Amino acid sequence: MSAIFKDHDADRAARGKWWTSRVAIYAALGLWAFICLFPIYWTLTTSFKLAPDVMRGNLVPWWDFTPRWKGWESIGFSPRLIGEVSTVREEFLKRFWNSTIVSITSSLLAVVLGSLAAYGLSRFSYRFGFMKNSDISFFFLSQMILPPVVLALPFLVLYKSLALLDTLVGLILLYTLMVLPIVIWIMRDQFQSIPVELEEAALVDGLGIWGAFMRIVLPIALPGMVAAFILSLVLCWNEYFFAALLTATNATTLPVMVASQTGSQGINWWAMAALSSAAILPLVIVAIFLEKYIIKGMAAGAVK
Amino acid sequence: MNQGDLLHTVTADHIPEGRKRLGKMLVRGTALLGIALAVWQFAYETGRVSAGFDSWRPVLYAYLLWATALCVSQVLVNGEKGKRTLFVLPAALFVISLVVFPLLFALYISFSDWNLASPRGPRFNGLDNVRQMWADAFYWNALKNMVYYVLAISVEYVIAFGLALLLNAQIRARKFFRVVFLLPLMLSPVAVSWMIGKSMLEVRFGPVSRLLRDIGFEPSFYGSPEVARFMIMAMDAWTFIPFMMIMLLAGLQALPGEIIEASRVDGATGWQSFKEVIFPLMLPVSVTAVVIRIIFKLKLADVIINVTSGGPGGATDSVTSFIFREYRDRSNVGYGTLLAIVYLVLIIIFVTLLLKLVSRWMERPA
Repeated sequence: MSAIFKDHDADRAARGKWWTSRVAIYAALGLWAFICLFPIYWTLTTSFKLAPDVMRGNLVPWWDFTPRWKGWESIGFSPRLIGEVSTVREEFLKRFWNSTIVSITSSLLAVVLGSLAAYGLSRFSYRFGFMKNSDISFFFLSQMILPPVVLALPFLVLYKSLALLDTLVGLILLYTLMVLPIVIWIMRDQFQSIPVELEEAALVDGLGIWGAFMRIVLPIALPGMVAAFILSLVLCWNEYFFAALLTATNATTLPVMVASQTGSQGINWWAMAALSSAAILPLVIVAIFLEKYIIKGMAAGAVK
Repeated sequence: MNQGDLLHTVTADHIPEGRKRLGKMLVRGTALLGIALAVWQFAYETGRVSAGFDSWRPVLYAYLLWATALCVSQVLVNGEKGKRTLFVLPAALFVISLVVFPLLFALYISFSDWNLASPRGPRFNGLDNVRQMWADAFYWNALKNMVYYVLAISVEYVIAFGLALLLNAQIRARKFFRVVFLLPLMLSPVAVSWMIGKSMLEVRFGPVSRLLRDIGFEPSFYGSPEVARFMIMAMDAWTFIPFMMIMLLAGLQALPGEIIEASRVDGATGWQSFKEVIFPLMLPVSVTAVVIRIIFKLKLADVIINVTSGGPGGATDSVTSFIFREYRDRSNVGYGTLLAIVYLVLIIIFVTLLLKLVSRWMERPA
């Protein structure tokens, strides 16, 4: 710290150190970016390969192999097949549609139920029997530790007698239950950061508590709700365990379809790669465009 | 009891007796309807009544009707106080009906001998399942594996902290790196198990195997127990490191910059200011992130089911994947449920102890 002149020895040493730390930081960032991206790149390129390309281990399209639509043809997506009727595409789209409906509906349901509960818990004090507010909160959040395997078998039997096995409704109920604690966790944080004076003003102006909640609090908490919704969406879209146990033909979701194909793969890599790419693409797009909300949702529990 | 309300409401509720009675009638009426339907259906299934429904679905509808009536009656009977209860009641009813009832049911079937493949229903068999579990080496093995899997979180934590520090440094294209680092979390474990577990790690043509062979190793990823377990850990870490990273990054960004600057002015090197200032300040966030990660880790199954199905010789089995196969391959509902219940009890004990131990460092107790 003694010298401020740029050509002084100490200063040059400091600059050298600065450069090495820069290089180290970017090298580490690049390395991890490579680790994150390579599997996705590999899957995407493999979906355009043919058997010889796979066996030769070619990696770069147009340079050491020519991209072909063969993999995508196996799920009915290619320039040649797109105009025609294709049973494999129908099958894929049905699974895709199932996944979409299930994840969107259950996330919506969880956000509605969870936001209401979180708002109530952050504003009023309840007493249900021996349970006070903190107990109720704990009751909701403790659902997070419940491993799915405990519920799976009873639900299998219950759904059988309720004729809910292999239906979308059955899956939606379970997925809502699965993400509800996470939504409450995020939303409680959101509502606690909204000053009560806002609602008090609304009450003075003649709104009821529900009116104040709907017209004043909800618009302010909307970004938090979007964050909770997207996080739930991701979890529901990727859920495999319940879907594998509780669906058979009608309500099967995309992960189950992907998993059922891996068993019979052989060297049929291009088809699997195309299917995997199609299954992960929606969420990759969500991640790229709505990254802000995902991070907001996950950070909510961590920082006050 | 209004004492603790954060949002005070002053209302002069005069609820007429008739309205109160209507509310109570609604609840009782729908409850009676549900019970009557359930009794009738039970009689039909046991063969005492000839007419009935195909399934228990009508009972479910009656239950939904009762739940709605309960919510409505809260407002009818209690007025303004009921409107407050209405915030929490739907979620509470939802969770109770979907967790507490199935759990009680699970407790019942876990003490019975019930194979879905055989035509006869559950038969109470006392502690036979417990005895079978005690002798089941594979279950204990799966529990032991869970310990390894949970311990692997420490390595994940170090990597995640490092990445969070990198993202928090003065770098260009921060948003690009953040999105890229987040991507693995978005991918479904099932897709990951094909993308990495079954194709990149494939012995003949996978790129990782090729690389290893070029260096001079003979690739074998699922042959020996240790390597197979490590591979499962690595895949799971790959998907979930972003989760901890983002929580830690949020913590780092919330740190007061002046304190770190002050430590710099006092002459601390980078490592010293990390060890003496940043790390202690980050302790609450770290503990929260690790605890949540442990809770998620205890549910680990998808990757194992799809990549190794527990092999070789049960070396990679998690409890969940083991029970999954117990059901899938042997339709052994009674025994599988007992294993799950025991696992739940162990988890509750473990997590409670863990929370007791660390809650004073957490941001806020769960």
